[in-house]
This record gives sequence, C-alpha cells and structure tokens, in this order.
Amino acid sequence: MTVGSVVEKDSRAAFGHLRLDGVTRRFGKATALSGFDLRIEGGEFIALLGPSGCGKSTALNCLAGLLPLSEGAIWLDEERIDTLPPEKRGFGMVFQNYALFPHLSVRKNVAFGLSVRRVGKAETARRVDEALRTVELTEHADKLPGQLSGGQQQRVAIARAIVLRPKLVLMDEPLSNLDAKLRVQMRTEIRRIHQDLGLTTVYVTHDQEEALALADRVVVLRSGKVEQIGTPEEVYTYPVSTYIAGFMGYRNLLELPVLSSGDGKVGLGEKDGLNLTGVSRQPITGARAVAAVRPEDFHIAGSPDSAAGENIVTVRVEVSEFHGREVAAEGVTDDGRVVHFRSPERIAPGERVALTVAPERVLVFGESVQDAAAALDEAAAESIGETTGAKDGG
Amino acid sequence: MAVEAPARPEAPAPRRSGLRHRLAERGVDRVLLLLVPAVLVIGLLFLYPMLYGVGLSLQPKNGGGPFGNYADFFKDSYQRGTVWKTLRLALPAALINVGASVPIAYRLRGRFRGRRVLTALLVLPVTLGTVLVADGLLRYLGPKGWFNRVLLDLHIVDEPVRLIYNYWGVLLSLLITGFPFAFLLVLSYMSGIDPTLERAAATLGAGPWQRMRRVVLPLLAPGLATTFVLAFVLAFSVFPSANLVGEPAGETRVMAIAAYQAAFEKYDYSMASTIAVLMGVFELLVISVTLLLRGRLYTGPASGGKGS
Repeated sequence: MTVGSVVEKDSRAAFGHLRLDGVTRRFGKATALSGFDLRIEGGEFIALLGPSGCGKSTALNCLAGLLPLSEGAIWLDEERIDTLPPEKRGFGMVFQNYALFPHLSVRKNVAFGLSVRRVGKAETARRVDEALRTVELTEHADKLPGQLSGGQQQRVAIARAIVLRPKLVLMDEPLSNLDAKLRVQMRTEIRRIHQDLGLTTVYVTHDQEEALALADRVVVLRSGKVEQIGTPEEVYTYPVSTYIAGFMGYRNLLELPVLSSGDGKVGLGEKDGLNLTGVSRQPITGARAVAAVRPEDFHIAGSPDSAAGENIVTVRVEVSEFHGREVAAEGVTDDGRVVHFRSPERIAPGERVALTVAPERVLVFGESVQDAAAALDEAAAESIGETTGAKDGG
Repeated sequence: MAVEAPARPEAPAPRRSGLRHRLAERGVDRVLLLLVPAVLVIGLLFLYPMLYGVGLSLQPKNGGGPFGNYADFFKDSYQRGTVWKTLRLALPAALINVGASVPIAYRLRGRFRGRRVLTALLVLPVTLGTVLVADGLLRYLGPKGWFNRVLLDLHIVDEPVRLIYNYWGVLLSLLITGFPFAFLLVLSYMSGIDPTLERAAATLGAGPWQRMRRVVLPLLAPGLATTFVLAFVLAFSVFPSANLVGEPAGETRVMAIAAYQAAFEKYDYSMASTIAVLMGVFELLVISVTLLLRGRLYTGPASGGKGS
C-alpha cells in the first residue's frame, strides 16, 4: 500500500538493533526462560517458535515489559530498557485474545494510544483513518468490538498497535483463534503490513508453518532455551537436532545402529533389516543414531521383489488418507517400525510397497531415542493439521 | 379403506404433540411446575402482607380520606424530617462503601498468597450482627474508649471527640456492617474484567491511573451502580444502630424508628404502614434514578475478544 511509504521512514529510523542479553525469567522454582540471547536488527521479522511451555510467550512478555526479568538485560541500541514499565517502552503488542476494549468503538480503540499521549484531534483522526484503511476496516469504525467477527477484531488489534508507529511490534499467537482459511489470509496480511510500514516484528507461534512463512529469522525454543536460530530455509533444510527436525515435518525418526561414518556420510542399519544411508553435519560418535526423513521425501520404488538400489524400505500399508493431489500413508516395516510416506496414487491398506529415499534427504543425528521420541511427541501435540503448506513453502 | 383404517387412530397424535411443541417453544412445559413453591412463598409471605399494609395505610385512624395519613406525614415537620435524616445516613454510607471497595478490590483482584485470608477478614463484620458492632463502637469510640484516650494522650484534642449517640455513630456502624456486602460484589465484578485489557492499555502507553480511568472504571461502572443500589437499600432500612449508637429522638430519628413508634408506642398501625410504604417509595426513587443512569453506560461483557 502506498500510504505505508510515509510511515516507513519513521519506523525504519526508530532504532538500529535490539539486544536481549541473557534474559532469564523464573516462576518460583521453575525456569521459564534461561539465558536468552538475541540480536534483532531494525526492520526484521523474528518468529519465536516452540511448543507451549517452551518460553516463547515469556520472552515476548519480558520484551513488552509485562513481566520483569529475573536476570539479564534488554538493550535498545545503547539504552537499557528492561527496567522501564510497558507504557514507557513504546512497543506495540497484539494479544492472542486481541484484548480490544469492549466499551470503546473500533475508532476509539485504535485512537486509545494517541489519546493517552494527548495527540491533537486532527492528527489523531488522520492517523486513525490511515490505520483503519491499512487494515480495511474503515466502514466498521463506529461499531463496538463485540459486533465484529474474529478476523475483523484481529485487524482492529493490529491497527491499534501500528497506529502509534511503534519501534517494535510484538505479536502473541495472533492467529490461533481464527479458523484455518482466515489464518492463512491474515498471515499474508501481517507480512504485508510489516513490509509496507517497515516495522520490526517479533512474532510468537507454535505453528512452524506460520513461522516459516512469515519470518526473516526463526528462533526455535525448547524448555526455555534457544535450540536453533536461522532463516526459514536454514531451519527447514538443516535442523540442528531431532527436536527441530520433528518440528519441521521430519515425521520419520528412525533410531538405528551406526555402520559407517565419515565425510559427512553415515551408514545406518540392522542385519537383515532396515538399512539407510544419510548425511550428517556433525561427526557421529555414538553406536546408535537417528535418521530423520520427511514423509514427502519417500518415493515408491515399485514392488518389494523388483526394487533394487540404495535406501530401500519395504513396508506394509496400514492407513492411507486422501489429501487431494496425493495420498498420505502410514506403513509398517517387517521389524515393526512405523513409516509415514506420500504416494501420488491411491494405495490400499495391506498392500506391500518398496520405498526409496535419496541419501541427501536422510538427516542423521547422533542423539538418543528419548530425544527423538520427545521431539516427535511435542511436535505432534502442537502442530495443527498436516504440514503440506510448509512443504510447498520449502 | 383397508389402507386408511390403520392411519386414523394415529391422526390426532401429531396434533397433540404439535401443541406441546409450540408451548415448549414459548418455554411452557412441566418444568414450570418447579416454580410453584416459590410463587406460593412469595405470594403468602411477601405480596399479601405488602398489599395488606398498603391497604391499611389507606384507612387512617383519624379519618381524612384514604390519603389522610400521607397528608398528615408531610404536614408534620417532625415526621417529614425523618426522610431527610434517613437519606443523609443511607446515601453517604452506600457511596462510601462502594467507593472504598473499588481500590481494595482492585488490589485483591489477582491471585496471590493470602488472598483468601484477607478476603475473609474483610467479610468478617457480616457475621457479627448490628448489635455486637454497636456494642463495640460504644466501647471503642466512647469518651473513655481507646480512640479518645489515644487522641487525648497525644494531645491532638483537649476533650473527647463525640462519635457515639449521634449521626457519626450510626454512619460508622453502617459502614462497618455494609462494607462487606459492597466489597464482595465489587470484587466479583472486578474479577470479571479481563486482565489482558489492562496489559493492552499499558503497551499502548497508559500509566496506572490512565488504565484505571479509561479501562477499569468504565467496565466496572454498571457493577458499581448495582452495588450502590443494594448497599443503599441495606442502609436505608437502618433501625438497630440508629437506636443503639445514634440519637433516636433527634438527628438519627430515621423512618424506620418513626414507623416503629407509630406502631408500638401510639398503636397507630395505619400510620406505621403509611411510613413503611413511603420508605419503599423513596427507595424506589433512588433506585430508579441509579438504574436510569446505569442504562446509559456500556453494559456488555468485559472481555477483550475471542477465547478469553
């Protein structure tokens, strides 16, 4: 949108970088966030990703000033801000339940921050109109929040946060209360507003698809600690652990004995059983390792008798679900391992098929199976629906 | 014919169930019978005595037409004065109780350790009863009581402050006994306000006072009006404390005392009923004005959106 270009310069100039320095927050004996270090450049879109209880919302509330830190510091350029109350920080925040003032009209909700700051009437009207235009709510300006749909309330919440041209916009799972279709639509809207207004955004979500689609950099948290920081491409293609692999759609985590390792190539397998060759970014030292494979990286090689070559996995089909362009299937190997894969054609339960996967698509992690299991459980509990969208995005 | 024969006996059945459905749609079904005991109790113990009292008030002992007693009440300045004396106690008592509840409930709205103990302490006076409170006030605030002794010993006053057997004694008693009711109500209204609203206001730049004035108070106002009405009704019918810690012949001769004297000192039940009816009328006046003002406020849910 063209209106954004005026605001762009204001926001871009707001700060150079924001630095979180060992930010720690404890609740009683439990540590919700420990030693969180992050440097956010002005204009960046950062997603904090992880399952519930990983510390992502704690981090956001610490940034907003709604939770005091137990340890650490937050610096905005060279100014220390973690001791300032929320009203002095000048950050905009979008809450999970939107937190619109139910007794004020849409217009007054959006104008709230301006009126607290005693901005003049004409200026307020101009900026509120502009913000409402940005989120396309001009015709609903005089309604109360209760009269709006969830998606519209969401847009009011965004308008209310951006009308102040905040240095930083914090979003706490803003899309989790919307239905699937609206969620994708609003996701694009949020990215568009971020770009048009040149905002700096920190976005909390448990949905890896959302994080990958929106962010310039993704921060994956686990039990209050940073597990990986990287661009969506890095995190998606090169997860550093089974935990992240599980989160990023590697649904097959197969623990196997290590046969050979060197030059980044690892051979895994059991005698007369599953044999896989994969790649690893760290040297594998243990006796056993975990192979992570995305369901969509398995291809059907043919019938079990005729298939030959590397990385052949023979399974008996247990369940198959129609997903439009393809079928998502679950099979069981002869030694009882569950394998998730995709097939372009319909396959019947009970059928035996041979699957193959390219070695560079098999990521090997030298971790214990407990880690892998925990990662899978957490990822399964938190991911909403299938990960087809993430696959398209990658 | 052979086909129609079995259909006939079934024909009336749908019509009967149709009527039942239509009644059920309007909320008429057998569950309504559960209301019977309550209606009987209200009718026998409330409506009948009230209407009997209204009827009695229209049959003056001294004659002068059905409204003779009402005319007499307003002609006699000693009687007429009780209206002002009662309002002078009940309005400030209700306002102070509601007003004092707001900041305390605001502090106690969240969860913290000892909240239940503190709430229990604040609610304790409810269990005491007016007479015990009056007795305590007489001892504590009397000329030889702790309160005056401390003031005298600190040389803040030269002679004991008079806080009993007058207006102040009754007002204090109304505050002590009325506060727990107001507080409990305000606390529950306060807890109904979504706490993320205040956090949102803070991120938008509103300091503590602004958050209170622009978010909490507007959402609390309808509840405060309701609480005020209940606190006022409670204080308006003040009787024991007006007798025990007040000056029942002078500045705390409230309407309830006037009614009592008419009934049990002059044996004029008709006049007593008249005063009782007038008490109801003045209460209804204040309630109507309050509720009218309340109607102009936002009275919807106090939550910030979906999922809260």
